[in-house]
Amino acid sequence: MASDVWPIFTPAGDSAVLVQFGDSIDPRINARVHRLAAGIARAGWAGFGEPVPAYTSLLVNYDPLALDYREAAQKIESLLPKIEDGRVETGARLVEIPVVYGGEEGPDLDDVADAHGLSAGEVIRLHGEAEYLVYMIGFTPGFPYLGGLDERIATPRRASPRTLVPAGSVGIAGQQTGIYPLASPGGWQIIGRTPLSLFDPGREPPSLLAPGDRVRFVPVERAP
Amino acid sequence: MSLVAQSPGFLATVQDAGRFGYQRFGVPVSGPMDAFAHATANRLVGNDPGAAALEFAYSGPVLEARADCVVALAGVGFALEVDGAPHAAWMAVRARAGATLSVVSAQRAGWGYLAVSGGIDNPPVMGSRATYTRASFGGLEGRPLREGDLLPIGANRAVIDPAGTSLPEVYRPAYTLHPLLRVISGPQQDAFTAEGWQAFTGSAYTLTTTADRMGYRLEGQPVAHRTGADILSDGIVFGAVQIPSSGQPIVMMSDRQTAGGYTKIAVVIRADLPLLAQCQPGISQVRFQPVTVEEAQRAYRAQMAALRQGIQQPLEEYEYYASA
Repeated sequence: MASDVWPIFTPAGDSAVLVQFGDSIDPRINARVHRLAAGIARAGWAGFGEPVPAYTSLLVNYDPLALDYREAAQKIESLLPKIEDGRVETGARLVEIPVVYGGEEGPDLDDVADAHGLSAGEVIRLHGEAEYLVYMIGFTPGFPYLGGLDERIATPRRASPRTLVPAGSVGIAGQQTGIYPLASPGGWQIIGRTPLSLFDPGREPPSLLAPGDRVRFVPVERAP
Repeated sequence: MSLVAQSPGFLATVQDAGRFGYQRFGVPVSGPMDAFAHATANRLVGNDPGAAALEFAYSGPVLEARADCVVALAGVGFALEVDGAPHAAWMAVRARAGATLSVVSAQRAGWGYLAVSGGIDNPPVMGSRATYTRASFGGLEGRPLREGDLLPIGANRAVIDPAGTSLPEVYRPAYTLHPLLRVISGPQQDAFTAEGWQAFTGSAYTLTTTADRMGYRLEGQPVAHRTGADILSDGIVFGAVQIPSSGQPIVMMSDRQTAGGYTKIAVVIRADLPLLAQCQPGISQVRFQPVTVEEAQRAYRAQMAALRQGIQQPLEEYEYYASA
């Protein structure tokens, strides 16, 4: 599809506009999503609800008692020039996440290393060297969809999911790496665990990471 | 002031209008399954329409009022008994301290709402009193009501004593066992074949028993994709109709996740979500009818106007002007 067709505006029901900036996982496309989200939040227009960012699209909720679709879409459209020339700051940060790799905290580290003919130390180095982008947060509260995993350690999910993966577990599933914010069942290859709390409903904001943030994993030793 | 649960009913949770502002962090909106019944119950007792009330499914709770209050029940298939005296739903009823409030369920009950003047006043989490049981926050520690639970009630700010206030049936959504649901196509209508779209809009789908606050799974003629069922995850609204590779629709409801990776063929319009919410799992058959966004918004505005204008104040109640 030609790049000049983007962005595409579509109604998502009678109370939201979906703005799509592309159809592939690409940091530049994702950056437009976060800039538009920031622009809408900053505009503070009456009748607009929260924008929900995803890989390539922004879902913009609005109140149909206050606005119709055309009005909502036109307001959003008026922000696009600012989005394109980068005048909107998103407030994204670089967040360092300490990880205890291997052992009890990372029971699949050796399997991941074996699958690629690497040592455990090399997996840790490759996982820790990369800078990751939080494309979006979803699936469960606080769960970051991270992009930027080194292909040399991309590993399929476990054949059989675990019934309980502890909160803070850092895992690999295919080309993705991620962190379980809450204890839950899961099939990712668990290579380590962070002592940081990714999600706490009593904290403001509740999520350690925000969409658009960058992440680095820092290997640490288990606390004595 | 509080209500005490003598019997918890089924899936009874505290719900306000929903938890807004945190979807970007993956926090679901939650809130009522039937927003119309929830808002009406609140309005009937003089609350803000988004105040926290008790939601339950199929079987209602029995509560003891620990102070004088006004309560209203709304929903499909429920009635209220106050110390054994029967009262219709969709009407505000006075209850004295010590009164027993029993929610009575019909054989085919759906989702019910019990609002109390002043609203349920549990501590807000992320700005909302709504319960999200999957991650255990909001409401009563993020869980359904249990026997012995105490529901704190806020200060009653109603100017007029609301007891006797009602919303006649003509102003309510046309609840029915087999509703026709209006939908807006998209956002991924082009992911489906013409035959798939025809199946979706031309045949009936049964609500399966896999139906909960997160989503309603339907079963019927499969909806065929042109290419595949998977897309890059994008944001999900209440009423979005996802079609996974099985071709069987799943309608996303109050506790839906904030984003998902299945193609969405259409979204049920807001005015018809209460009709869908109140369907009977395993029994109800729904049909989908495409409409424009403009028609959908007109229908929703008319429904909200009916709620505002349809509320009937009993004239004899004017003697109860509060001293405030």
